[in-house]
Amino acid sequence: MKPEARAAALFLTPAMAVLIIFFFIPVIAGFALSVTDFDLYSIGDIHNLRFVALHNYAAVLRNGVFWQAFFNTLYFAVVGGPLTVAASLAASLLVNAKATRWKPFFRTVYFAPVVTTLVAVAMVFRFLYHPRFGLINRMFDAVGLPHVDWLGDPRFAMPAIVLFAVWKNFGYNMIIFIAGLQNIPEELYEAARIDGAGEWRQFRHITLPMLGPTFLFVGVVTAIGYLQLFAEPYVMTHGGPVNKTLSAVMLMYQQGFKWWRMGYAAAIAFLLFLVIGAATVVQMRLQERRQ
Amino acid sequence: MKRDSIIVHALLIIGGVLTLFPLFWMVSASFMTRGESTMWPPHIVPHAATLVQYRELFVHLKIGRAFFSSTFIAVVTTLGSLIINSMAGYAFAKMRFGGRQRMFGWLLTALIIPPQVGMLPLFLIMKSLHLVNTYWGVIIPSLASVFGIFLIRQFMLSVPQELLEAARIDGAGEWRIYWSVVMPLARPILATLAIFTFMTTWNDFMWPLIILSSDARYTLPVTIASLSAEHAVDVELMMAGSVVTVLPVLLLFLFLQRYYIAGLMVGSVKG
Repeated sequence: MKPEARAAALFLTPAMAVLIIFFFIPVIAGFALSVTDFDLYSIGDIHNLRFVALHNYAAVLRNGVFWQAFFNTLYFAVVGGPLTVAASLAASLLVNAKATRWKPFFRTVYFAPVVTTLVAVAMVFRFLYHPRFGLINRMFDAVGLPHVDWLGDPRFAMPAIVLFAVWKNFGYNMIIFIAGLQNIPEELYEAARIDGAGEWRQFRHITLPMLGPTFLFVGVVTAIGYLQLFAEPYVMTHGGPVNKTLSAVMLMYQQGFKWWRMGYAAAIAFLLFLVIGAATVVQMRLQERRQ
Repeated sequence: MKRDSIIVHALLIIGGVLTLFPLFWMVSASFMTRGESTMWPPHIVPHAATLVQYRELFVHLKIGRAFFSSTFIAVVTTLGSLIINSMAGYAFAKMRFGGRQRMFGWLLTALIIPPQVGMLPLFLIMKSLHLVNTYWGVIIPSLASVFGIFLIRQFMLSVPQELLEAARIDGAGEWRIYWSVVMPLARPILATLAIFTFMTTWNDFMWPLIILSSDARYTLPVTIASLSAEHAVDVELMMAGSVVTVLPVLLLFLFLQRYYIAGLMVGSVKG
């Protein structure tokens, strides 16, 4: 081996060792686990482990609770994702507007929720959503609206979590949109104005198309993140009411780490992986077609 | 033009109030006496600010332990990942070896694999290494990250090759070049990686929840979640707990946001 290659190997070894042992091997082992009946008895004595082929997958797919969790997760991503991206875009347009003064100040304010600890601010929202004492219902009182049991009513629990997630995350995409907006050449807008295009047509025909690649990145990152929903329902609703906020990752956590049905839980994890992969590919294809 | 400016600022201020209100209320309620935040008519600020909730947290509920756990885990993870990721990022950017591009591309595909997929076997690996319910069980898997390596590599690509050659001609070894020539140059990107790693580790919930089993070792987020079961009705106490958890990362962000935002940009433009 050349000396430079030998040095490179030494520089790469620590990082590669950590990534291989604690990330890549577990991911591959996760698939292996999903075709076994690994459970509490196998933890006690590994000889109890048996190969069960796709039995776990069949069992997962026959389970109504899985489909409930799957639907909830999809709901969170399909409703929450676009809402978050829309809020991010709106915030970026406002912060980046020519008339805006104190841009860095507003940018910092809108970004603040992103850096907060999810569990801690979920606790704050749990109290804001409280059916009797929560400030949101108190505000409803003031304007004569009926009380809503935000986290206790099966119809409102997931929308309430979506709203929380929009608040928590919109600042992240906003920063990326602002960078995208600043990359659009000013001449394009000047030319459009000379042609007599108003604000709306400039937005529709210049801003939106020019932000295309940004939309792809923001959409993929938000979708991947939202399909991994876990801490929000864990802290705010424990998956209730009547499993209406139970997510796929939460179901995996319960099955794997509470009941130690690890083979079964690994099958759930892999199904989620497939969905995330599919969501990524679909978004990239949609983007390609538009261009 | 004047009217536009008023509309834009009105919207910005409404948005700002909606964004900050939950955080403001968290801080405000944490200084209230028990039951004050749920009174009618509502108190938005405490009538007589008190530290009684914080005293309860630190003296009786021993949240200081959780604060130590979170700090220890976040600091060690940050320092370790700075060294390990910068070594790998430097090698990928500046050293020639066979299969470099292929290996790097292969690493990047890991970015779309959700970490939960590996968590079940990872737990079993940790169990066989006797690292369950230890700080190291939380720290070790985060010591290297694909994002960190990527971040450093992108920066290192812009370091002029002549600089490294000059050092080599002066007889400096590879380690010496990395440590005394490259690392000082890389300070801004190291600051970015440090603040990212610190915040991610501090805020992380799922893995610490899985791997830590005794409340003496719980990190702050895990402690908060477990306290909320027994103290569900103690709004003011829970808000004080949230403040203790959020404040360090929020302050860190306010002081170092330049570096944080820079990291976001590298991740999005080239990722």
